[in-house]
Amino acid sequence: MTLATFPASEPKPSWTRYFTFNTDAKVIGIQYIVLAFFFFLVGGLLAMIIRGELITPEADLVDRTVYNGIYTMHGTVMLFLFVFPVLNGLNNLLIPTMIGAPDMAFPRLNAVAFWLVPIFGVLLMSSFFVPGGPAYSGWWSYPPVSIQNPLGHLVSGQGLWLTAVALSGVSSIMGAVNFVTTIIRMRAPGMGWFRMPVFCWTALAAQSLQLIGLPSLTGGAIMLLMDLVAGTSFYDPAGGGDPVLYQHFFWFYSHPAVYVIILPVFGIFSELFPVYSRKPLFGYVYVAVASFIIVGLGLVVWVHHMFPSGVPEWMRNLFMFTTMLIAVPTGVKVFAWLGTLWRGKIRLTTPMLFCLGGLFNFVFAGVTGIMLATVPIDIHVSNTYFVVGHFHYVIYGAAVLGIFAAIYHWFPKFTGRMPYEGLGKVHFLLTFVGANLNFLPMHPLGLMGMPRRVSSYDPEFTFWNVIASLGAFLLGVSVIPFLLNMVSSWVRGPRATHNPWNAIGLEWLLPSPPAEDNFGEHVPVVLSRPYGYGSGEPLVEHQAEIEAALIQAEQLESAR
Amino acid sequence: MTTAYPTPTPAPEGHHAEGHESHNLTGFIIFLCSESVIFLAFFSGYALLKTSALDWLPPGVDGLEWQMPLINSIVLVSSSGTIYLAERAMAKGSLWGFRAFWLLTMALGAYFLYGQAVEWSSLKFGFTSGTFGGTFYLLTGFHGLHVATGVFLMTLMLIKSFIPGNYKGGEQGVQATSLFWHFVDVIWIILFLLIYVWQRS
Ligand code: HEM
Ligand SMILES: [Cu+2]
Repeated sequence: MTLATFPASEPKPSWTRYFTFNTDAKVIGIQYIVLAFFFFLVGGLLAMIIRGELITPEADLVDRTVYNGIYTMHGTVMLFLFVFPVLNGLNNLLIPTMIGAPDMAFPRLNAVAFWLVPIFGVLLMSSFFVPGGPAYSGWWSYPPVSIQNPLGHLVSGQGLWLTAVALSGVSSIMGAVNFVTTIIRMRAPGMGWFRMPVFCWTALAAQSLQLIGLPSLTGGAIMLLMDLVAGTSFYDPAGGGDPVLYQHFFWFYSHPAVYVIILPVFGIFSELFPVYSRKPLFGYVYVAVASFIIVGLGLVVWVHHMFPSGVPEWMRNLFMFTTMLIAVPTGVKVFAWLGTLWRGKIRLTTPMLFCLGGLFNFVFAGVTGIMLATVPIDIHVSNTYFVVGHFHYVIYGAAVLGIFAAIYHWFPKFTGRMPYEGLGKVHFLLTFVGANLNFLPMHPLGLMGMPRRVSSYDPEFTFWNVIASLGAFLLGVSVIPFLLNMVSSWVRGPRATHNPWNAIGLEWLLPSPPAEDNFGEHVPVVLSRPYGYGSGEPLVEHQAEIEAALIQAEQLESAR
Repeated sequence: MTTAYPTPTPAPEGHHAEGHESHNLTGFIIFLCSESVIFLAFFSGYALLKTSALDWLPPGVDGLEWQMPLINSIVLVSSSGTIYLAERAMAKGSLWGFRAFWLLTMALGAYFLYGQAVEWSSLKFGFTSGTFGGTFYLLTGFHGLHVATGVFLMTLMLIKSFIPGNYKGGEQGVQATSLFWHFVDVIWIILFLLIYVWQRS
């Protein structure tokens, strides 16, 4: 064995690099995450206005048309400017370090994909200031509402919306090509497919869905734009077109899109449960492979969003069946996590609390999802608050909580500082209670028949709406401890060691924060599957020496 | 100040040390797979609109001429052959053979675009003539855009081949362009069957 020498402390890179066209995946990852949280606040502010309006039955806070614009922008901002970017941020941080690559396969493409996000973000925000206001046809932008242009201006809120979504698609495709290529081509020596961390499996699955699904939305959106500005009639029945065709294009992507969101969160659960219960991931192979079964099935369930849209009977039945089938691979994962937790030495750290809360909410959302997949139930509650409750349980309750878990867990790795546990736990409590208080009442409301996308409602719905609004304000408050924690720990939190959680994985064999090219030339050879908790089996060749060198460097650092 | 850091056994081949160049083709193939879904969406939209239409053809239009597009198809399909010959020539180390067949392919591609333009200008319906006109121009236009992109990429590769000593990393660009060209060709065959052969509803 040879001994290479490394400078232990390179000159500290300046923080201004986060504002430049930098090609280091770790910089880009943080750029994505910070920008995404900026838009989380924007989308959150819009949500506060929505819930403020709904705290009373009358439409008294904002004008009805303005209300339409607000929920449309809320959904669009949250999905395209918060969830997708924040997940791409995690992909950027985690994929290269987890597989031992120095960077992404195409670093410049990576930076271009990132910088498109603020560009289309500004474009979308600017639609607040054009005559007629922002798009108001909901985040799904169904025709015929979305092909109306009453003011007749070339630049309309809807046109800007479509352009922004198209750019978001371009950025996501660039990202997906990059992530998939990186995972396929750049894994550390010895890291066969079944030695790859589950997060990378789920990222690969999710990004494959982007590649297959997004072009359908792009194609459909191009045709919508043509109808809006060029006078074609693809979706306009007056000219022989068919509005349901758009729904097919839209949901062929947008159902898989929910798996683009939730699969990496499954990955996060699968990474974190073993760490905080000190047990190997139960059924690793099944959990990994189930991701791709979800990809396959996830591509053939989209019509469950269109049960009331006049689709033929056979189609409804077929898609009801495939939708229910998807519960099988999903259930496999849930049981694998429960099996991992079973009799584990559970450590209730902040990330673990977020994971447990996320899992709880996810199971609840799965139950309402199966209900929605049943055609008669769906026809009854479609376009009511029941649907809104269901998908917020998935997206906020499970996905956002999972994302917070990931941020607390990997924060020390990429900033070199420890987050504060106390603030983290306050953040968790507010988030978990707030989310359930906010989204649980939506189910009874939907069953009682309260339609979604309205600013006024029958007074009989008041009780549950007041509770939901209180939950929403609690969620609003919950970002305060989070932001406080992030900023103050990053600035002056305690120094993090290379492996503060005692976790197993290539990323934990790097200093915190890692050098620009991660392992550089010295990529360790992977010997075993991840998650060997309790087995004492080494993950890589020369593991003891690598760890000793890291500890020695840390001691020298702190002695200075 | 420096610290000792253990080096593992030398990385086996196939590892990232060989540089980024080798990932380009992988990335490009992945991109093409994704791109084909847009066409799939347009094709299925076309089929759906056509089968459910009451009056598919706009008034005064009875079907499409197919002779000119057939000639165009033959031109495009044979250009897939010439680009293959160009690649073969390059593999054998004959740079001039490569350039000759490459240029021939470009000429065939340009002829296809010319034929498409002639056809368009002779048609009696426009982009906004119902869903028939809309889908016709959308499909042929989007495909034509890809043909133009292919010719542009070939021009770049041709120029690159004249830069001295540049033919080390050039193969990947040539391979990718040729792959793209075959892709455009296959799309055209489906498009031809769908639009020109399947005329009666
Ligand atoms: C057990 C798995 C799931 C099942 C069976 C399921 C089923 C459904 C069904 C049938 C609907 C349509 C309701 C309607 O429009 O009438 C729906 C809506 C929705 N679901 Fe799920 N779902 C599942 C998981 C997810 C996941 C993982 C996400 C996101 C990460 C998600 C997000 C959504 C969204 C955003 C909507 C609302 C779309 C809209 O109409 O605006 N779902 N779900
Ligand atoms: Cu769905």
